[in-house]
Amino acid sequence: MDVSLKMDEPVAESLLDTTNQNIVSQPVDRVEGPLKVSGTARYSAEYKFPGLLHGVLVSAPMGKGRILKIDAGSIEKLPGIVTVITDYDTFLRNPAQGQDEEAPEQGVRDVSYFGQPVALVVGESFEAARHGAQRIALDMRPDEGRFDFAARKHMAEPKKRSRKAQGDLDAALAAAHATIDAIWTTPSQTSAAMEPHAGIAVWEDNKLTLYGSYQMLASDRLQLADALGLKPEQVRIVARYVGGGFGGKLGISAESVAAAVAAMRLNRPVRVVMTRQQVTEATVRRSNTEQRIRLGADAEGRLTAVAHETITANLDRSSFSEPASASTQFLYGGQARLFLNSIVRMDQLLSASMRAPGEAVGMLALECAMDELAETLGMDPVALRLRNIPARHPMDGLPFSSRSLAECLEIGARDFGWSDRDPRPAQRREGDWWIGVGMAAAARSNMLIKSSARVMLAPDGTAVVETDLTDIGTGSYTILAQITAELLGLPVSSVEVRLGDTDFPPSSGSGGSFGAASAGSSVYLACESLRQEIAEKLGIAPKDLVLTEGMARHGNVSRPLHEILSGPLTAIGTIEPGEMEEKFVQAGFGAHFCEVGVNAHSGEVRVRRMESTFAAGRILNEKTATSQCLGGMVFGIGAALTEDLMHDPRNGAIVNHDLAEYHVPVNADIPALKVRFLEERDEKANPLFAKGIGELGISGAGAAVANAIYNACGVRVRDYPITLDKLIEKLPPA
Amino acid sequence: MHITLSINGKDHELDLDPRTSVLDALRDHLDLIGTKKGCDHGQCGACTVLVNGRRINSCLTLAVMHEGDAITTIEGLGTPEALSPLQAAFVAHDGFQCGYCTPGQICSATGMLEEMRAGWPSHVSEDLLAAPDLSDAEISERMSGNLCRCSAYTNIVAAITEVAEARDEAV
Repeated sequence: MDVSLKMDEPVAESLLDTTNQNIVSQPVDRVEGPLKVSGTARYSAEYKFPGLLHGVLVSAPMGKGRILKIDAGSIEKLPGIVTVITDYDTFLRNPAQGQDEEAPEQGVRDVSYFGQPVALVVGESFEAARHGAQRIALDMRPDEGRFDFAARKHMAEPKKRSRKAQGDLDAALAAAHATIDAIWTTPSQTSAAMEPHAGIAVWEDNKLTLYGSYQMLASDRLQLADALGLKPEQVRIVARYVGGGFGGKLGISAESVAAAVAAMRLNRPVRVVMTRQQVTEATVRRSNTEQRIRLGADAEGRLTAVAHETITANLDRSSFSEPASASTQFLYGGQARLFLNSIVRMDQLLSASMRAPGEAVGMLALECAMDELAETLGMDPVALRLRNIPARHPMDGLPFSSRSLAECLEIGARDFGWSDRDPRPAQRREGDWWIGVGMAAAARSNMLIKSSARVMLAPDGTAVVETDLTDIGTGSYTILAQITAELLGLPVSSVEVRLGDTDFPPSSGSGGSFGAASAGSSVYLACESLRQEIAEKLGIAPKDLVLTEGMARHGNVSRPLHEILSGPLTAIGTIEPGEMEEKFVQAGFGAHFCEVGVNAHSGEVRVRRMESTFAAGRILNEKTATSQCLGGMVFGIGAALTEDLMHDPRNGAIVNHDLAEYHVPVNADIPALKVRFLEERDEKANPLFAKGIGELGISGAGAAVANAIYNACGVRVRDYPITLDKLIEKLPPA
Repeated sequence: MHITLSINGKDHELDLDPRTSVLDALRDHLDLIGTKKGCDHGQCGACTVLVNGRRINSCLTLAVMHEGDAITTIEGLGTPEALSPLQAAFVAHDGFQCGYCTPGQICSATGMLEEMRAGWPSHVSEDLLAAPDLSDAEISERMSGNLCRCSAYTNIVAAITEVAEARDEAV
């Protein structure tokens, strides 16, 4: 029987606390692990079709202007070239934002940023198409572009809906015992998932199938259909394995539309894979930000004023603005408050969501401002944070659904040995290295998105789960198998999870840390319904039913499923957000503690130790959850120390558009990191009592590094990343 | 061009465009999809394979240069039903998330452990002539040609260490 639940009330009891199968929360190995480590998991570019053609996108060689001519004749005699696809109206100007239900802006005759894909060269082989794309004659009229953020930031337009204000900020700051008023800047960043954006389009019987590398298939399908003028029923997207997303694959991008247009025109399957440079230049970036933070506190360290104003950049008509103050709004108290985002219009690639949009860079500013405030007050940074945990949301007065921030701070500090810290900078020296420690809090909003899943239980004690959720490395396959196994009393190996196909019930997709909780809840509801059906067949109350090892038990009676079921049972579960998200602030919390060494001669920074403690409701799989947090922490280290997507202010080109020049952390940059989870249950969040963790780890992580650098060597750098050139002149005498 | 490539102990006859890299020959012509393309410029390590036992970036070398070489890909190290010790350790330690860099990491680690066994020093070796330590620093340094954006580095080092220590005990 199909069932749905809208989260209008807390869930009184979760079956996961009563079924006692000891499967959920356990560190179960990834169920698809053997396929991934043996190279047999098939990603989107890896499907084989007879007659497959290869497309390579042609990138605009200027940052602003108009295409006058793309001369197919200039390459058509090259061996292996099939055709040049130009469709100035249909090709995407820029990718879609996640969850949009319409196509993003289309039209590429006018070039809006350097590297914008404007045509597709199709060849019988990849080598032929690549050669053609490199050689094709492209005539373009250059226009004056807007490429210099520093020169344009005074023209930032306030985003009215982002403004939130309370109390008299100026008066509160004037009356404060201690204040901080400073500007932090963060550069553009790129998701840099290891798998480039890739799509194979197959057009058959008036139906398009796209093997695509995307995160949110249900909305991606609507975007793709809209872009191509097709009905959604004519479009299917398959993404069984996705080689990382981090926000970069939320909405559709140029390669899928180009592949689809080519496949529909040529009546042959067409594969388009972006080059690494195209991924960097023509998908999405996290906007650079300029953040002004003002804090005021009384003599006891109680915040009285909190202001967080952010300037970001984006293309014309794109309204997204990195919500850097997202967690600042509820993390700490203080009566007078101001939050505002402004957008500078630039001719640079789309700004959109990258892992933890908002907190990822907002906490780089806020949590360093808190460190500076603690120093000004002569307080311990942990104590300052503990003192300012608000009883309720400081503006709308809502209670928190669950929050273990204080415990994370206290337990994290104890385990790390924080009490050994000397608050005075540049006191600890080991050989050529100044050693210091720093900390920061973590917070990330929790969300629930409408999501459906089908669960089929067969009499032989096997189950199949189907939903269009993706597993972008997050552990979806595994946790959905665990939830099903737990609730139906089966071993994990008896559950087959099928994901990443729009032929399956639509899910939340992967993004915003909501995939596990949303899709997991839909699977929970379907399994709960199956349990009720079995109980009915046995004539007992569902609460008296015990399912374990493929047997149904009640009282002293135990019967195998095949005796009870004459055929497979199927249920579709659907979860929807409801009043719980309007009545409670829902977020995960944590605390990072970090030790760095700063080279006394060169200013090189090495992270030596990092330990982070998180609480995010029930942890569904300790192993995969730990990996999610480790990944977030490393993203934070990258943001603090190395990641800096550089735009040439003369022509808008991205100077470091590949993995040799855009520096994501490598193995040698990362010591053995530690993650600890605290026990928590959130009955207001969903029936699993779980909250999202995919982005919590990055929130505050880089700030802990920055604060440790200050403690090590006494240099505050508010312009990320903290590269050695920004430290070297200010280092204490070696 | 007509060539014969020896891959995972088996000869394959191929007619290839001379511009075809080893990586594209594997992926597009032999359906050996385990070797991944992350950058096509030798910057990420996802395409790492072993050629005559030595790890290389297969995107940076042309297939026509490798007639007579013994090429080993991830598919040659183990299968889902019979994983190699490193493959099994990567699963047990969760040394990956999305899985895209993983075959390259495992091929690289396979070659790297042989380099250590042969006594090759690295940038972080204190003594260039002594047998290298199996320390986290040595393993991290030697694995830094393989990027992992999911950032499973801590777990990758743990997985490799477990296998290396077991192998040392066996010796």
